[in-house]
Amino acid sequence: MSHHNDSAKFLVGVYDDDEVVLKAVTEVKSAGVRIHEVYTPFPIHGLDVALGHPRTRIGIAAFLFGLTGFLTMVSLTYYTMGYDWPMVIGGKDNYAYPAYIPVMFELTVLFTALGMVGTFLVSNGLGPTVKPLMFDLRSTDNKFVMAIDLSKNKQSEVEIASVLRASGAAEVNVKQF
Amino acid sequence: MHVTSPVRTPLVTGGKTYADVTEDICKQVEGKPTRAWTIAFVISFVVLIYGTCCVFWTWWEGLGVWGLNKTVGWAWDITNFVWWVGIGHAGTLISAILLLFRMKYRTSINRAAEAMTIFAVLCAASFILMHMGRPWLAYWALPLPNAFGSLWVNFNSPLVWDVFAISTYFTVSLVFWYMGLVPDLATIRDRATSKVSRYIYGAFSLGWNGGAKTWARYEYISLILAGISTPLVLSVHTIVSMDFATSVIPGWHTTIFPPYFVAGAIFSGFAMVQNLMLITRVVFKLEDYITFEHIESMNKIITLTGSIVGVAYITEFFIAWYSGVEYERYAFLNRMLGPYWWAYWAMMTCNVISPQLFWSRKIRRSVTWTFVLSVIVNIGMWFERFVIIVTSLHRDYLPSSWAMFSPTMFDIGDYIFSFGLFFTLFLLFAKFLPVINMFEVKAIIRSASEKLPKSVSGVAKGESVTSPTFNKNVE
Repeated sequence: MSHHNDSAKFLVGVYDDDEVVLKAVTEVKSAGVRIHEVYTPFPIHGLDVALGHPRTRIGIAAFLFGLTGFLTMVSLTYYTMGYDWPMVIGGKDNYAYPAYIPVMFELTVLFTALGMVGTFLVSNGLGPTVKPLMFDLRSTDNKFVMAIDLSKNKQSEVEIASVLRASGAAEVNVKQF
Repeated sequence: MHVTSPVRTPLVTGGKTYADVTEDICKQVEGKPTRAWTIAFVISFVVLIYGTCCVFWTWWEGLGVWGLNKTVGWAWDITNFVWWVGIGHAGTLISAILLLFRMKYRTSINRAAEAMTIFAVLCAASFILMHMGRPWLAYWALPLPNAFGSLWVNFNSPLVWDVFAISTYFTVSLVFWYMGLVPDLATIRDRATSKVSRYIYGAFSLGWNGGAKTWARYEYISLILAGISTPLVLSVHTIVSMDFATSVIPGWHTTIFPPYFVAGAIFSGFAMVQNLMLITRVVFKLEDYITFEHIESMNKIITLTGSIVGVAYITEFFIAWYSGVEYERYAFLNRMLGPYWWAYWAMMTCNVISPQLFWSRKIRRSVTWTFVLSVIVNIGMWFERFVIIVTSLHRDYLPSSWAMFSPTMFDIGDYIFSFGLFFTLFLLFAKFLPVINMFEVKAIIRSASEKLPKSVSGVAKGESVTSPTFNKNVE
């Protein structure tokens, strides 16, 4: 998103219906038009697959964060209870790890949640000072918006516009950033 | 094409379009506060100020202002703590467990239930700070290197587990709730007419624009958050119950506590969600979104968890007798027939008998019955914690130290504080944030509407309806 230059010119197809826009993606692609992105007010299942977006790897990040949390607590309990100030409680081992499972679990969850959401925000370029690139303000309300970057396509504006219209777009607009 | 299966009961009525959903829910955020809201807010805020004075005095003077004595060292403080934490279980249960089970009815209630969770956990945490007496030393509960020869916290103690459980639960619930809000905040941002609200909602919506790639990742992290929140929510009340269960006090030293506490937590949490949603749906005119289906579904969960709680009470009693331990037997007989018999029977009536009324379809689909029974359930759940805590403590092994507990105005005032805090926060939420998750409701409209309009998209605010417009440059 942040790669656009100042004079980027987009054709914006506005669709009324989520089912129509999902089919339109395949139609527009098969007409040889490269789609920049589709913006929708709610998630449409299969849209990312139709657009050819690769499957997200954020789960791997989440797992690694969880593992970090788990190991942090294993180390902390080991250091405090088993090494730095060992105490004999009920004649058990100093490092009586079954009693530490609750805190290990909690830290695993905490690190997973915060790390994963942090990764999500960074990888999508989201943050409190980010100005969103909005192709049509109604795309967070009731419209489904397909953006075509003209500089990335060989076809003319008119040709692409007719492809969009044929695929069911109710409106086709030009948006310049 | 637009067919709703007749087998499924509709979850959204009134033939709503996507634009209707936005309009109906944003209206509350964008409009001026209503009279009813203002009155309710002023009352809550006054209650909060009164409660804050009581809490201030509790800290200034010391815990001696409470009715505690050397036999009963925990009373209303921990009762209120457990009660609020329990209430705080419904939000995450609705948004996480019902998401994993793909229960679509969650979409209309998850936002408010999660907000309720966060506020309830805040109220619960306030009692932890209060019962410390010296809240400025609260950081002693954390494993920090310190000046006492690195004397660490004891990780064998359930009280330390609780610190981690409650703070993790609060943080993860807050993150889950906020991430759920981001797309809806973007909707409000894009509709905003004033500069101030465009700036504020713009900052909080983090530059969200609803791209397909973002949504795909978003759905993925929502699923993982739900997946980790599910064991988390179960762990929280399990650990709270271990505060009691790992002790050797007769009446507390019970292996049944973790599942019994979790069921009770869901029970009281759903009752509180019912109370809040029944009011919100009328005041904000959301009857098409929070329908009798929602009310009935929640009442079924209340009946289920209430029955689990009832079975647990009876099991506890049986085991106390079957154990043959006379102290254990006495603790339970004392609950039922001792000086606090009224608290025990209040608990039994409210928690075991009242939810069974929901077996009647008429009662579980009635707004009045649901509201009244939900209040009764929460009264009963407060008494459950009071019974467990105070009646197990007040007659210990030495009859010479037996004592009674009676609350002072500061016990009551500090409890009132939590109500002031809870309702003030909830009313602020209801005014300034969308009380229903708009994007999730839009996503189920097609499959869960009672009837669909010709164009499911609808007409957005300020949009012209004349004819499809095509930009002149492209024509």
